[in-house]
Amino acid sequence: MSNITHLKELESESIYVLREVAAQFERPVILFSGGKDSIVIVHLAYKAFYPAKIPFPLLHIDTGHNFQETIDYRDALVNRLGAELIVGSVQESIDTGRVKEETGYYASRNKLQTTTLLDTIDKYHFDAAIGGARRDEEKARAKERFFSHRDEFGQWNPKNQRPELWNIFNGKKAMGEHFRVFPISNWTEMDVWQYILQEKIEMPSLYFTHERRVFERDGQWLAAEPCIKLKPTEQVVTKQVRCRTIGDITCTGLTLSTAHSLEDIIEEIAATRVTERGGRADDKRSETSMEDRKKAGYF
Amino acid sequence: MIQERGYLDMQLLRFSTAGSVDDGKSTLIGRLLYDSKSIFEDQLEAVEAASKSRGNEEVNLALLTDGLRAEREQGITIDVAYRYFATPKRKFIIADTPGHIQYTRNMVTGASTADLSIILVDARHGVLEQTVRHSYISSLLGIPHIVVAVNKMDLVDFSEEVFNNIVVSYKDMAQALHIRNITFIPISAKDGDNVVNRSENMPWYTGAPLLEFLETVPVGKDVSNVHTEGQGAFRFPVQYVIRPISSRFPDFRGYAGRVASGVVRVGDRIKVLPSGLESEVTHITQAADELTEAYPPESVTIQLSDDIDISRGDVIVRADEPQPHQEQELTVDVCWFNENPLQIRSKYIVRQTTNETLGIVRTINFRRNINTLEKESGVTQLNMNDIAEITVHTAQPLTFDDYRQNKVTGSVIFIDPDTNETVGAGMIKTE
Repeated sequence: MSNITHLKELESESIYVLREVAAQFERPVILFSGGKDSIVIVHLAYKAFYPAKIPFPLLHIDTGHNFQETIDYRDALVNRLGAELIVGSVQESIDTGRVKEETGYYASRNKLQTTTLLDTIDKYHFDAAIGGARRDEEKARAKERFFSHRDEFGQWNPKNQRPELWNIFNGKKAMGEHFRVFPISNWTEMDVWQYILQEKIEMPSLYFTHERRVFERDGQWLAAEPCIKLKPTEQVVTKQVRCRTIGDITCTGLTLSTAHSLEDIIEEIAATRVTERGGRADDKRSETSMEDRKKAGYF
Repeated sequence: MIQERGYLDMQLLRFSTAGSVDDGKSTLIGRLLYDSKSIFEDQLEAVEAASKSRGNEEVNLALLTDGLRAEREQGITIDVAYRYFATPKRKFIIADTPGHIQYTRNMVTGASTADLSIILVDARHGVLEQTVRHSYISSLLGIPHIVVAVNKMDLVDFSEEVFNNIVVSYKDMAQALHIRNITFIPISAKDGDNVVNRSENMPWYTGAPLLEFLETVPVGKDVSNVHTEGQGAFRFPVQYVIRPISSRFPDFRGYAGRVASGVVRVGDRIKVLPSGLESEVTHITQAADELTEAYPPESVTIQLSDDIDISRGDVIVRADEPQPHQEQELTVDVCWFNENPLQIRSKYIVRQTTNETLGIVRTINFRRNINTLEKESGVTQLNMNDIAEITVHTAQPLTFDDYRQNKVTGSVIFIDPDTNETVGAGMIKTE
């Protein structure tokens, strides 16, 4: 008889959290970005409620600046699970004047997503939005609860969070407020990849090495796509790369890599000396940019 | 590849650390993270830059754990921060908690899920008021292992005598507390003595360095320990009922939950509480996988041979094992979290496992002075960070065990029905 491994314990904890969400809320939704963390969340939800269908729809906030592979993967996944997909469009938020598009070389729709997200949560009366954020990713996220309260403006108040003890979660709220729930809070990047390997979860091709037209900016490689305006000095070249995180094209740094398989990726991560968000342009804006965005209602 | 396979077999150890910057707590955590290569270059660069812009001469490793703007500005830890690191032997989760008395509630929060607690003692000062406080909270929360790390040994010439005197005075103090295992380790976090590597400065110390101890201490998750830990009885609070009502599974009815304690096997005779109805376990599943048995802390789905009425909040136990208590009167050690004081006759929502009911505070038996451990009587209300023994009358009977026997079925939280805030945490006493 074997012992409970750390992956088993983490999986069990996350499934417990997902079942608490189903029991405590009326209209929960899974925030699905197409990245590895939200793919793992969907897999955990599948396991938590089997043989019933996942009792939550999937919500994708589409910046309009996605890699095509992300959209293809999303649609195939939704099809296979028979899940409901809701898309919140940042383009629509721009067209209706809810937000204003940034301009310049560093223009990104990353920040604009917050408005689209909050509008969509409001429109569908979602009372719990399940996300794949992890505490090891970023210092403000290290302070997150599993059940994280949001006021009627969608704001996070990090200085007055509800204490969370043992595994007793308090999802009580007033009308108009909602919760963000983070079932894989205690997982690290390594845990996520080991779990993907253990569970043989099919992953988007973007995570594995491929040839791509890229350019270098501020020490990181970005995809040469029409949504990023090149500076006159920036040269487009073709490289063997992979994504370590997947988000909006404008803020997804690419890693030079020859990793073909999950085992290769795990080996690469074990040897790396830079965090996964080290490649995220959105985190580099200031020392507390994540805290500031989270307070406003970001993922 | 061997290392990868090792990683898949690793166990998880959750530990908490309490203390302030002065104790060298941040330095210790920084060293554990740094020496286990869990601090990445970009994190280190960010901390170096932040230290410099604050005018700190040395790299301030506390900035790694103090993530919030207010914490970084004030140079203090306010909230629990969780840090992660792994060695080839184990994965670790650190709940790093503030040590000041006004953050007692955060210490309690961090300690609630810990398997082990590290208490730092400054070798120059020995056992202080805050040592007593941290030890009391660790014992109150039922943490099975305490490591007393006697830090700054370099400042007392690595003296064995100083260390031994601290051991004696700590053991003296700890007699009043229910602590099962205490381990004393002399360290110097600044230079790494006995943290990761054995110290050459203290040849008289023959025990394991801190990290080696953390890698090898039994965590009670070994299946063989289930019965020897004295927490043998099976407890399964029902979280959610799975009913697909699909053409493929027209009659499926599964009870989803996490095994709180004990073991359950297919074929076991079980009882559902509070109804008392009995049935037999026909299937234990994890998604599509059929299991023959389940242990804590596994999340599983259980199917029974009879179609009986079971819903969230019920507890499934084995018919042939000791039964839990079912009562409306609770005696609870409570830690108060809120600015609105607890008062006698106040009503709160009491949440326990997956169940909830209303409760009214009947009495405050005594308040514990957590610096001296004395009992204070005649108390009429509890303020934020107070710890006290109270009695509560609930609207419905709860199914529970003594917290010392079972942390899952013995713990409660109190929720203010007006603000929805979690205002207190309680540990049920039956003895």
